[in-house]
Amino acid sequence: MTVSFKGKSSRRAFLKGTLAAGGTLAGATLAKAEGADPLITEKQPWAQGLGDGVDATPYGLPIKYEDDVIRRNVEWLTADTISSINFSPIHALDGTITPQGCAFERHHSGAIELKKEDYRLMINGLVDQPLVFTYEDLERFPRVNHTFFLECAANTGMEWAGAQLNGAQFTHGMIHNMEYTGVTLRTLLEEAGLDAAGDLKDKWVYVEGADASSNGRSIPMDKALDDCMIAFKANGEALRMEHGYPVRLVVPGWEGNMWVKWIRRIEVTDQAVQSREETSKYTDTLENGTSRKWTWVMDAKSVVTSPSPQAPIKHGKGPLVITGLAWSGRGAITRVDVSKDGGKTWETARLANPGQPMALTRFYLDTTWDGEEMFLQSRAMDETGYVQPTKTQLREVRGENSVYHNNCIQTWWVNANGEAENVEVS
Amino acid sequence: MSKYRNLIIGTAMTAISAAPAFAERFGLGRAALPEEVAAWNVDVSPDGTGLPEGSGSVEDGEMLFSESCAVCHGEFAEGVDNWPKLAGGQGTLDRKDPLKTVGSYWPYLSTAWDYVHRSMPFGNAQSLSADETYAIVAYILYSNDLVDDDFVLSKENFLEVEMPNADGFIIDDREEAEKSFWGEPCMTDCKSEVKITMRAAVLDVTPDEEGAEEASMDEGTTETPAAEEAKAEPAAAPAEEAVAALDADLVATGEKVFKKCKACHQVGDGAKNKTGPILNGIYNSAVASVDGFKYSKTFKSMAEEGMVWDDANLAGFLAKPRKFAKGTKMSFAGLKKDKDIAAITEYLKSVSQ
Repeated sequence: MTVSFKGKSSRRAFLKGTLAAGGTLAGATLAKAEGADPLITEKQPWAQGLGDGVDATPYGLPIKYEDDVIRRNVEWLTADTISSINFSPIHALDGTITPQGCAFERHHSGAIELKKEDYRLMINGLVDQPLVFTYEDLERFPRVNHTFFLECAANTGMEWAGAQLNGAQFTHGMIHNMEYTGVTLRTLLEEAGLDAAGDLKDKWVYVEGADASSNGRSIPMDKALDDCMIAFKANGEALRMEHGYPVRLVVPGWEGNMWVKWIRRIEVTDQAVQSREETSKYTDTLENGTSRKWTWVMDAKSVVTSPSPQAPIKHGKGPLVITGLAWSGRGAITRVDVSKDGGKTWETARLANPGQPMALTRFYLDTTWDGEEMFLQSRAMDETGYVQPTKTQLREVRGENSVYHNNCIQTWWVNANGEAENVEVS
Repeated sequence: MSKYRNLIIGTAMTAISAAPAFAERFGLGRAALPEEVAAWNVDVSPDGTGLPEGSGSVEDGEMLFSESCAVCHGEFAEGVDNWPKLAGGQGTLDRKDPLKTVGSYWPYLSTAWDYVHRSMPFGNAQSLSADETYAIVAYILYSNDLVDDDFVLSKENFLEVEMPNADGFIIDDREEAEKSFWGEPCMTDCKSEVKITMRAAVLDVTPDEEGAEEASMDEGTTETPAAEEAKAEPAAAPAEEAVAALDADLVATGEKVFKKCKACHQVGDGAKNKTGPILNGIYNSAVASVDGFKYSKTFKSMAEEGMVWDDANLAGFLAKPRKFAKGTKMSFAGLKKDKDIAAITEYLKSVSQ
């Protein structure tokens, strides 16, 4: 039985249909033993006729049966899609690499079409020689490859005041994870020369995009020289337009807004510019009305991607794979615990691969479902010993007005028919 | 910084150790010409670094704002729909759903100047001259009650403007304030009871394929969902007798003046309460008597006193709204000309018949 998830209404319709036919979702699998399977005993058209030739799709897209695995938008969040955000379908993905075509987008003035031939990157300010690079120049510097997650600081931001959006895509989908190819920012800064900057300890780089929003952020020099990249490839191919083609900045472990797309300028300065995106936005207001600024690093966080509201259990009781993603801006994930009872007891999940610094880590809990309701939670730990907090713990320190940096433990209420719902528990 | 910070750097350095080691320069790229640097290097910092020569008045700013900004931000910087509000909100930062505007939140004036100049207007960025930018920023300050209506902002007096929330920020203190998040977590008997305290399905704001549901929540422009509140009873029934003859020309003029009000107030068939209440029937009606609109405390107490929107009260309120009704939510600065007030009153009479 093929079921494509297309929003809650069709899922509800599906559930209703199942209930009418067999009582519960679990009923769907009980029928399997009755008689021989015609998919096996009868010759199928795909086993007799011919498929598409090699050039049918010169650049392939996912098969039509996967057309529900797409980015989705929450329209009421913003005034206009030009300055807006959508969400990666993390509930339907596995492994750790996010395909570019469904990796979330966030634009401030829309995604622009900028040709490589028209691309220029300037380095100015406190450098020995202000320089201009073309795209071809960038390709002649020694290259590096690294995989990093990019998380918007507002990911899960709608959940501060309570459970709100019903799906991992919407609660946690402002994230993607790609393998980047590019040049280190250090290489370019050293090419321009930093002697003119003097003591680098209190220096900054201000980075700015070529689009109309001219998004700019100030980054401390030690981070700029540490691990930032000027990237021009992701997952082996050119960046997509919506992710900053032809060149974007990569700021590992730090909030996505700093990863300036279509980066056109790097200025070495002796102070933070205090641009709009580092003062009026991306600052976190505490209960007493004061606000934290320069909250760059993304705290350790995790979420169960399946089962989840958009990925209900359809097979009934028995073997069940609980899976999800974990990440930390402070380094590698070392452990993920999963609770089925809303945090009373925890068991340690299996990491698909050892955690890599500032990259998504996939975890699995291979378990047996007894068909009873579950309050599914996951809790990440990173190499600094940080443990992902509960929403209550976060609210005690930050109140409910932070908007950004909500890394709380998420709860999915899986009920006996396999459906899951975003809830908040005591 | 802290031990964790050092740890990150340590980790990261290991991570990129696969990078080729080199110290020499590659001789790639070319020198940036001074005019090229000048064309792109236009960011402005809090100490005024980057500010060009120039100046602009509140008066000019009001006109420019109306032309270039009001379509999204409202005539009085009060914001249209989900677009950002630029004025108001002072004193709300420690409340539920704080209103963050240039006046209530932004710590540096340079940020406003830089952003207006470099990133606005939306769809026509980098089209404003330095003088125009000074004027628009002056108007934004005025709409936040931070300067008077005769104020002129310039490079010279730029740093003298005091931003109310300048001291409202602290540098990221998570590693201190949230120290308790580091440690060994509980594995068994971590709590005795688990109860559902909130469900997303009850709120029902998740989009489905039919499109997004109606809701009005946004990080920056949150409107409190209309909570039913006790409304002041109309103190007096509108006078039905003696409908005075209207001056048609004056009504027409008033309709033009009303354009300034339209961003927030609707009239006519199918009018709805927006940022401000419907104004059908407002003339000679009791203050704060429009159904379903959440009035300020000020308006509620005016209603309790039995105030009616007669000529005198309308004239007083429209001339200086915030002086006449201290605490009103209406962010309109007021109509300067008596003849505009007379015209709009006539127009409101016409929609009240």
